Amino acid sequence: MCSICGCGEHDTLEHDDHHHDHPHDRAPLHAHAAGMPATRMVQIEQDIMAKNQRYADANRRFFASQNLFVVNLVSSPGSGKTSLLVKTVEALKSEMRVAVIEGDQQTGLDAARIQATGVPAWQINTGKGCHLDAHAVGHAMEHLPEIQNGVLFIENVGNLVCPAGFDLGEAHKVVVLSTTEGEDKPLKYPDMFHAADLMILNKSDLLAYVDFSVAKAEAYAQQVHPGITSFTLSARSGDGLEAWYGWLRAGVARVTMQR
Amino acid sequence: MHELALCEGLVQSLEDQAMSKGFAKIFAVWLEIGALATVEPDAMTFNFEIVARGTVAEDARLEIIPVAGEAWCMNCSTSVPITRRGDGCPTCGSYQLQVLDGEQMRIKQIEVA
Ligand SMILES: Nc1nc2c(ncn2[C@@H]2O[C@H](COP(=O)(O)OP(=O)(O)OP(=O)(O)O)[C@@H](O)[C@H]2O)c(=O)[nH]1
Ligand SMILES: [Mg+2]
Ligand SMILES: [Zn+2]
Ligand SMILES: [Zn+2]
Repeated sequence: MCSICGCGEHDTLEHDDHHHDHPHDRAPLHAHAAGMPATRMVQIEQDIMAKNQRYADANRRFFASQNLFVVNLVSSPGSGKTSLLVKTVEALKSEMRVAVIEGDQQTGLDAARIQATGVPAWQINTGKGCHLDAHAVGHAMEHLPEIQNGVLFIENVGNLVCPAGFDLGEAHKVVVLSTTEGEDKPLKYPDMFHAADLMILNKSDLLAYVDFSVAKAEAYAQQVHPGITSFTLSARSGDGLEAWYGWLRAGVARVTMQR
Repeated sequence: MHELALCEGLVQSLEDQAMSKGFAKIFAVWLEIGALATVEPDAMTFNFEIVARGTVAEDARLEIIPVAGEAWCMNCSTSVPITRRGDGCPTCGSYQLQVLDGEQMRIKQIEVA
């Protein structure tokens, strides 16, 4: 099986570098045992993320052609990504085109929560996979209606580690950290907070009940990512959502004005 | 862990190289891994052996070339060594750092026949 393409068939993006049926050229192990192994050195210089990067670049070109502002939401499981998205798409769907790609190891629960708002959503199940990759996202686009001049949300698999390393073609990674998780997370998972351009501190309605210092969380995030933007809000009560909506509107305005 | 996915990408690249450059067997692979890359070298070695089975890279030796982290300190206006993401400038303690080197995961060379 091709390791990048789990699906095998409907290749639409940039699949020229795919070799699904190539024979594995297996040399017998001790073919060179008779004499000196006639080996040689080949210089390569190739990033091992090169494949994902090619798909991410193709996605990015496609998103640009559709004037789509694409946001990749990352967090540990249960920080409130889907709750925030449900609120957000309800608020914005009347003023702009919106679609959502959901990533989870199993179930279509999150996509169903979005679809209940009337906004198109497609669920990717990664099985054992711990993150979305650019190739899976490219295929997910085939299942969504064509949308232009709007926002596409990609909710990544709940995991503060792996999704940091995979570019999906998004404009920004947005990391969601909830107040029940502890303010030290930016220091413990620095790669993720470094990769994200915006940090959302969610579940602000619980601040009275937990020992979570917003100031400390922000200072730690600045430490691993100088200049990172931060909003504190509650997907439950709706507090603080306007700043997030403003950030999204500005992003959509930027991509639609570039035309 | 995504080292498995990364190893699958690595082995796929090696197979592509074997196809295009026409060699039958890979004996060793030199992989540069930066101190700030999102990957654990030990986990790479472990997964590589498993993923490489049944491919041109079966039984190949994976040599990891560690690359130190290096950043530009805006405060000191000089490049400084950093060992981890989130560490400050070793001279002045500032976090206003721009990474210059140490994020790579790159195949450098392979020994083939
Ligand atoms: N009190 C409070 N609870 C919240 C808030 N946002 C989400 N929750 C709750 O947190 C739990 C997880 O929310 P989800 O929206 O499913 O979180 P998620 O990040 O999408 O989770 P995964 O997709 O499984 O990673 C649910 O019980 C939500 O009701 C909030 O702002 N305040
Ligand atoms: Mg969710
Ligand atoms: Zn992963
Ligand atoms: Zn300094």
